[in-house]
Amino acid sequence: MILLENLIIALSALRANLMRSLLTMLGVIIGVAAVIAVVSIVQGLQNVITQQFQSGGSNTITVVPFVQQGPSLVARQLKLTWEDGQAIRERVRGIEGITPLLVGQATAKYRENQHRPAQIFGVIEDYPEINNHVVERGRFLLRVDLELRRKVAVLGRTVVEQLELGSEAIGAEIYVGNVPVTVIGVMEERGTALGQDSDDLVFLPYDTAEQIFGRLAADRIFLQMKAESAEAVPEVRDGIERVLRERHGLGEDEENDFTIQVQDQLLETITSVIGSVTAVVAAVVGVALIVGGIGIMNIMLVSVTERTREIGLRKSVGATKRDVLLQFLIEAVVLSLVGGIIGTLLGWGIGALAAFLLPGDWPAAYVPWWAVAVAFGFCTLVGVVFGIYPAGKAAALDPIEALRYE
Amino acid sequence: MAVAEPRAERGATAAPSPALIEVRGVHKLYTVGSQEVRALDGVDLDIRRGEYVAIMGASGSGKSTLMNLIGCLDTPTRGSYRLDGLAVERLRDEELARVRNRQIGFVFQTFHLLPRTTALANVELPLVYARMPRGERHELARKAIAEVGLSERSHHTPNELSGGQRQRVAIARALVNQPSILLADEPTGNLDSTTSDEIMELFDRLAAAGKTVILVTHEDDIAEHARRVIVMRDGKVISDRQQPGSRAARPTDGGAIEANAEPDPDDEAADAESVVGSGADEAEEVAAVEPAQGDSR
Ligand SMILES: Nc1ncnc2c1ncn2[C@@H]1O[C@H](COP(=O)(O)OP(=O)(O)OP(=O)(O)O)[C@@H](O)[C@H]1O
Ligand SMILES: [Mg+2]
Repeated sequence: MILLENLIIALSALRANLMRSLLTMLGVIIGVAAVIAVVSIVQGLQNVITQQFQSGGSNTITVVPFVQQGPSLVARQLKLTWEDGQAIRERVRGIEGITPLLVGQATAKYRENQHRPAQIFGVIEDYPEINNHVVERGRFLLRVDLELRRKVAVLGRTVVEQLELGSEAIGAEIYVGNVPVTVIGVMEERGTALGQDSDDLVFLPYDTAEQIFGRLAADRIFLQMKAESAEAVPEVRDGIERVLRERHGLGEDEENDFTIQVQDQLLETITSVIGSVTAVVAAVVGVALIVGGIGIMNIMLVSVTERTREIGLRKSVGATKRDVLLQFLIEAVVLSLVGGIIGTLLGWGIGALAAFLLPGDWPAAYVPWWAVAVAFGFCTLVGVVFGIYPAGKAAALDPIEALRYE
Repeated sequence: MAVAEPRAERGATAAPSPALIEVRGVHKLYTVGSQEVRALDGVDLDIRRGEYVAIMGASGSGKSTLMNLIGCLDTPTRGSYRLDGLAVERLRDEELARVRNRQIGFVFQTFHLLPRTTALANVELPLVYARMPRGERHELARKAIAEVGLSERSHHTPNELSGGQRQRVAIARALVNQPSILLADEPTGNLDSTTSDEIMELFDRLAAAGKTVILVTHEDDIAEHARRVIVMRDGKVISDRQQPGSRAARPTDGGAIEANAEPDPDDEAADAESVVGSGADEAEEVAAVEPAQGDSR
């Protein structure tokens, strides 16, 4: 009961000095808005990344024909072929599936419609299993398609739409470059992430793709494979390295001319980057909250002084020390919490706006409930920590001296 | 009506002490720089339930100091003070707050109303600290405001009220918790004489209804209302006399309504005791008549 009463007193005191209260809350508002904005952006990003990696699976290994030089993957004229892949399949144990990924670019045509897919992949029948990406209609490539070098293709949804294949997609005769192929399947939708449309794809049998794109493309392919388990990954990784070094004739003192990417590691790297961003933000916010807290303490001290006679009066009609302490403590917490609420809304708005304004398909801002809970928790803490001294001062006032205060 | 209830029940502690207020050898010293000020210098005082007392004396004689002490707002440097048999100086903060809340209604010269707060909410304040539920609180506060004749103004804030009206609100606040003692330190000090008369009329009625009323004043015609006049000088009581010609109404003559009539020359018999015996009946009458009168200003 007295709590509700105090809440009403606190809110009306806040309203009576609206401008002052707002300025006081500024520190808290900025701190909370900053944390919510950054968290909402980072969380949106992390959601997408995690989703993508999960769809890949944590025991997926990719070998790319690049080497890491400094901070980026720099292309050099390195060689990686499906023969390398086949050697790996034969000689490394613990691999469940492997597929080449011959990447090419060409225009697809269907009747009068033309479309240039983001990527055309030459793969083998293991691809869906390795990438957890399956067909929705029709079927994926079979071994027999590869062996017979059939001119068939599996399309992503975007391609189906662009070529206006509609429900007649399966069995349709389309052109990839100058080569006529028959559509045998449509892949399940994957959506867009980080500006990349995962449905703007065409899958061809590896040999067909090699025919279309030529030997040059086939000399610089990706190899995607799946280890039997996440635990087997390090061993498989070593096996791949051994086989490839041997096949590429690398000497003891020569660097790898390929890079083995393990998804776990990538995820870890990204997560740790996100973690350090979060830590920096947390530090900034911590400082902002302390500054905000000092502002609150300052204004509460002013408020206690201003209301000395009110305190004396309250005591003279029966308020205990505890009542007075609680009144000013609640006022400080309300000040801080209202700042927190404004800050949360502001931060959410900033995050949403930033996500909207950032180029490409930046993931939508997402404010996790824990961030709001933590923000409010910290605001309460700040209110209590920085309110206790002024409130204690108010509670300790002598009623008569307080009433006589000028 | 609430104000009328004399607290006949006195609790076990009261047995050996007939007086409601029992001040014994009280000293209050202030040290200002190297100088020692004896605000109270050995005061002995008994005030019984239902008495109507005026405290007079020159400025600086210690009247306010004594009132604050009686009101449990201050503690003596030396000496003892028992209120209703309770040794006040031994009470803890919560007990002290409870006594201030339940036993004492204090009216200040400068009103001390909360700014930006309606008259009604101001009056409710003691009930808030009595932990009374909202509904009951509104009810009692409304009654108390009606009693001082300010029903029409109950939703006005202090800065929308005249000095006399503010003091009425302050009196309603002092009365709302049905305290046994009403203390008023120069309640008319900031008011003109007509308004003072109206306020004094209120005190007279309360006293007539059995409330213990103690007020501090500089003015003889205000002190005339009381039944007993105490005069102080330099922190000591120098005179303490009953006032036969008091203008206060005698409950026995059914005169709450006639409280402001001519002083009755045959009034000697009227002493504090007779007031104590008076019932709630008269008070009901008072309350019934009052509102119309109070709002005429
Ligand atoms: N807080 C204090 N510190 C120092 N001296 C004080 C304090 N309070 C009161 N005094 C002194 O105690 C004496 C009595 O003061 P008190 O206020 O009781 O007088 P009073 O009779 O009420 O006077 P007035 O009629 O002017 O209100 C005065 O001399 C005053 O200066
Ligand atoms: Mg005084």
